[in-house]
Amino acid sequence: MNKKTFGSRLVSAPYLVWAAIFVIVPLVIMIYFALTNDAGNFTLSNISGIGKYKKAFLYSIVYAIISTVITLILAYPMAYFMTKIKISAQRMILLIVMVPMWMNFLIRTYSWITILANKGIINSFLEKLGLPTVHLINTPGAVILGMVYDFIPYMILPIYSVMSKIDNSLLEAASDLGSNGFSKLKSVILPLSLPGVVSGITMVFVPSVSTFYISQKLGGNKTLLIGDAIEYLFNAGPEYYNVASSLSLVLMILILLCLAVMNKFSNDEGDIIV
Amino acid sequence: MKALSKIYIGLIIFFLYAPVLVMIFFSFNAGESVWVFDGFSLDWYAGLIFNSEMLEALKNTLIVALLSSVISTILGTAAAVGISSFRKKISKRLAMTVTNIPMMNADIVTGISLMLLFVFFGKLLGLSESLGFITVLIAHITFNIPYVILSVIPKLKQTDANLREAALDLGCTPIKAFFKAVVPSISTGIFTGFIMAFTLSLDDFVISYFTCGHFQTLPIVIYNMTKKTVTPDVYALSTIVFISVFILLILYNTVQNGSEKRRSKH
Repeated sequence: MNKKTFGSRLVSAPYLVWAAIFVIVPLVIMIYFALTNDAGNFTLSNISGIGKYKKAFLYSIVYAIISTVITLILAYPMAYFMTKIKISAQRMILLIVMVPMWMNFLIRTYSWITILANKGIINSFLEKLGLPTVHLINTPGAVILGMVYDFIPYMILPIYSVMSKIDNSLLEAASDLGSNGFSKLKSVILPLSLPGVVSGITMVFVPSVSTFYISQKLGGNKTLLIGDAIEYLFNAGPEYYNVASSLSLVLMILILLCLAVMNKFSNDEGDIIV
Repeated sequence: MKALSKIYIGLIIFFLYAPVLVMIFFSFNAGESVWVFDGFSLDWYAGLIFNSEMLEALKNTLIVALLSSVISTILGTAAAVGISSFRKKISKRLAMTVTNIPMMNADIVTGISLMLLFVFFGKLLGLSESLGFITVLIAHITFNIPYVILSVIPKLKQTDANLREAALDLGCTPIKAFFKAVVPSISTGIFTGFIMAFTLSLDDFVISYFTCGHFQTLPIVIYNMTKKTVTPDVYALSTIVFISVFILLILYNTVQNGSEKRRSKH
């Protein structure tokens, strides 16, 4: 018995070695860079210098929270309504929701420029109606719209996949016991769909808080997000690697903290619903 | 209520597809603008075919996606089999935590930490150019493996462990027992993992961006194009990508439906 499982355990060795070299070691190197200066001497000045980027962190967190909340508000009813239609139609709509997800987010973000630009589709439409044009591109609203648009499938899918597994007899039982629509939603569907909501929130929040493309294209570089700052510093040259690493380290810790808090709300074993 | 839910679903789908439709429309623009339509033309598509940088990037993307998804499917399946036979709970937990790191971490952090590793080792080895095809491939394999592991492990859990025991008792070698008894029952998980790895690799921009050096994949070329003034050629390229993804997904769905029907017949 022992011998047999020893063989199976051994086949995971190549992966574990791989993960050690390309997952663990890179993070160790990043921490090393974050805690040293140009000459390789230990310093905390990178970490303490992060105050300069306080605004970028703050903006990133606020933008990410707002877009996660909007995404949740839009996606939750979508997922719920999807479970109410015919199975064959559900499959079709699932596919339709997934297609944009498998398209590059650069492209998806970029296509909004045509719609939102000062001479874009919305404004030329307003002009034709004789209405005053509105300034949409390069505003915080445009950045949040871009985040919501890019990441909404990641909210719809996990919520839908949890909701579609809710046992119908539970709902029937609730009706039999006198629940109306609203109390059924509150006391059966909502608690049972919570794991999907939690993984949806993390799947939207993490890319939103760390993005560096959406804000540049739709926000016009007016508000520097933390992802933009990191990208900018890494492109500025090796002498900025230390500061950039410390920003990445703080971003990583921030995300891990958020994930830990989110995990408290769900009692699954850390499985991700994709 | 029924009508309301249909309207809502329709609105969300409209929201998801409006920009895509706008993009496809303007990819046929005769003019240079992406908001003033000057008449129909295929010039931007023709321009893409003769754009050697683009074709090179397309080739690179496909090579990286294919190699990284095949390698990560093999490594990931083996890892899933190994990890699920770990008997100590703590080592299983540890292995799964490590597996979750690239999935949980922001892409930008994964990309940067890998870039630092490659630059660090490049310096140690005295290479003049530490980033390129190999580093992109390594990076893609690294972020792909967890998705393969996480789609194979649930299938392994559903598999009857006695099946493998029986094959061994009947005289199969452990390797033969694995391929004859275990692989057929986890094949859908392996296939899903492979497809996910392939599409994630095709789609990846952030991690490639930090690890590519002068090596260019399609998303990198798109990124560089969108840095300059906005012209419909990006839209033409995106339309091609969109239609390819659409066909791929339909195919995948038909294959899955077919296999489900076959299974329900048995």
